[in-house]
Amino acid sequence: MRLYWNYFLMELKSQMQYKASFLLTMAGQFVTAFTTFFGIQFIFQRVSGVDDFTYGQVLLCFSVIMMSFAIGEMFGGGLAVFPELMREGSLDRILVRPRSVILQIIMPNMDFSRLGLLVQAVIVLCIAVPVSGVVWTGKKVFVFAMMVACGSVLFFCLFLLVAAVSFFTIQNLNFLDIFTYGMRDFGKYPFSVYGDAALKVLTFGIPLALVQYYPLLYLLDRESGIWYMISPLVSLLFVAPSYWFYRFGLKNYKSCGS
Amino acid sequence: MIEFKEVSKTYRVAKRQSGMGNAVKSFFSREYKIIRALQEVSFTVRDGEMIGYIGPNGAGKSTTIKIMCGVLTPESGECVVDGRVPYRERVAHVRNIGVVFGQRSQLWWDVPVMDSFDLIRDIYRVDGNTYRRNVKELTELLDLGEILQTPVRTLSLGQRMRCEIAASLLHDPRVLFLDEPTIGLDAVSKLAVRKFIRELNARKGTTIVLTTHDMQDIEALTERILLIGRGRILLDGKLSDVKKQISERKTMVITYQGEAPALREGMKLVEAGKGRITVSFEPSENPVPGVIAYFAANTGLLDVSVSDITTEEMVAQMYKEYNL
Repeated sequence: MRLYWNYFLMELKSQMQYKASFLLTMAGQFVTAFTTFFGIQFIFQRVSGVDDFTYGQVLLCFSVIMMSFAIGEMFGGGLAVFPELMREGSLDRILVRPRSVILQIIMPNMDFSRLGLLVQAVIVLCIAVPVSGVVWTGKKVFVFAMMVACGSVLFFCLFLLVAAVSFFTIQNLNFLDIFTYGMRDFGKYPFSVYGDAALKVLTFGIPLALVQYYPLLYLLDRESGIWYMISPLVSLLFVAPSYWFYRFGLKNYKSCGS
Repeated sequence: MIEFKEVSKTYRVAKRQSGMGNAVKSFFSREYKIIRALQEVSFTVRDGEMIGYIGPNGAGKSTTIKIMCGVLTPESGECVVDGRVPYRERVAHVRNIGVVFGQRSQLWWDVPVMDSFDLIRDIYRVDGNTYRRNVKELTELLDLGEILQTPVRTLSLGQRMRCEIAASLLHDPRVLFLDEPTIGLDAVSKLAVRKFIRELNARKGTTIVLTTHDMQDIEALTERILLIGRGRILLDGKLSDVKKQISERKTMVITYQGEAPALREGMKLVEAGKGRITVSFEPSENPVPGVIAYFAANTGLLDVSVSDITTEEMVAQMYKEYNL
């Protein structure tokens, strides 16, 4: 573990070297993300609820997904360098080292400017909590923590999946961003607002609804079933196929040669 | 130490023609070209041996090396290195090998070399004593003294290559793969690198597989060469034997005074200059003493030198012979 800590420090050090750039990116992240927040704000100045969710409840949703995304991207965003690593052959170098390939890629490519997004998500959460109408109990706080934690894992998996596609294409396919950045934007409203079909896909396909819509119903006391409570944990099943796909891709990896 | 048994590897590459129409077409149906990078390649490398692996670009050298390193998985056949199958036990395998890709760095660009070494120590879990001993030894042998504290980006190519080699040996690997280790280096650095590799092999008995386009590397370092072309091993043997097999032809440089000498039958003029000609001939046809006597009798002979075919010529000829 010390190794990865050192990797981490090395990266933090070199990112801090470019102090101005680091702070500006972080601020930029912060501001850009706020436009989304204002988007919600403006809609709710006209309407009082979306699909029987109030302003506060939507904000709660928004903050969960934002936090998950920020954490997931901080770790997994670096995987986007995958195609580049392959093209320039650095992946070969990583493969001849006796360590986990994923960790070797994400540790030196961590993007700390994503902390800006996280800070913002926390601010939104602070706004959301008092107006969401949730009666907080110990159990609910725990469920909420699970939502964020499992959501981060899911977003990480999405980044991994998108990166693993490049094993087959050796190219960065930008439209795949819909599964990562797109999901973040979808996720600012409870998934039920997109209709039944979308909800099904987001339950059984990409199980983001399991960390957002279902546990949200639990938090709001609309459902009290155990499944609603532990649905974030169920979503972790998604890790298996993601990892499998990545392994499959790695096996299939044909280096570009030189 | 290394065993290759009928290893084959093919790549499937999408054929693409230029132009927008073709780009659209290829989006719907793509034609693939099968490239046979290796076709039933077999060879064995003994423990402590140093072999030169040569062949033109695209012959399958890199593919072979990558299979031995565990980066690529062959389609059929088996590769065993030090009792392990590299692509099945990647982590255990790579702990015992060192790899220098001449054109790709393994050092961290922005930090001093020593920091990279420290990180490599952690990656390979080298224990403190071994690490300190190795760093000290490598610093001496490769003359790294001052450059250890310099960021990699400011090093010259020669300095960097010496650091790369040191970095790949910090964990005492049993096998070292060198992929074009002298590419782009100046003469002095080349000599230093070669000398170091020779000593490493002699002292520690590290098995070394070297790929290169530089024939002087081969001549200076290896006794045995493997020639690969179009995915097949074409030749495997001692450098001197291979040279003989390819050609016994001798090259003779004659410096003379006065008239240029006439050539005897079977001699080929390679080069003619002022007061100096180079000829080549087959010794079975024209024995060397006879040739010297002939020139001595018929020319104002000043100096004679006789040599075997050079490695460069040999390889050029082999490539030609095998149609590579």
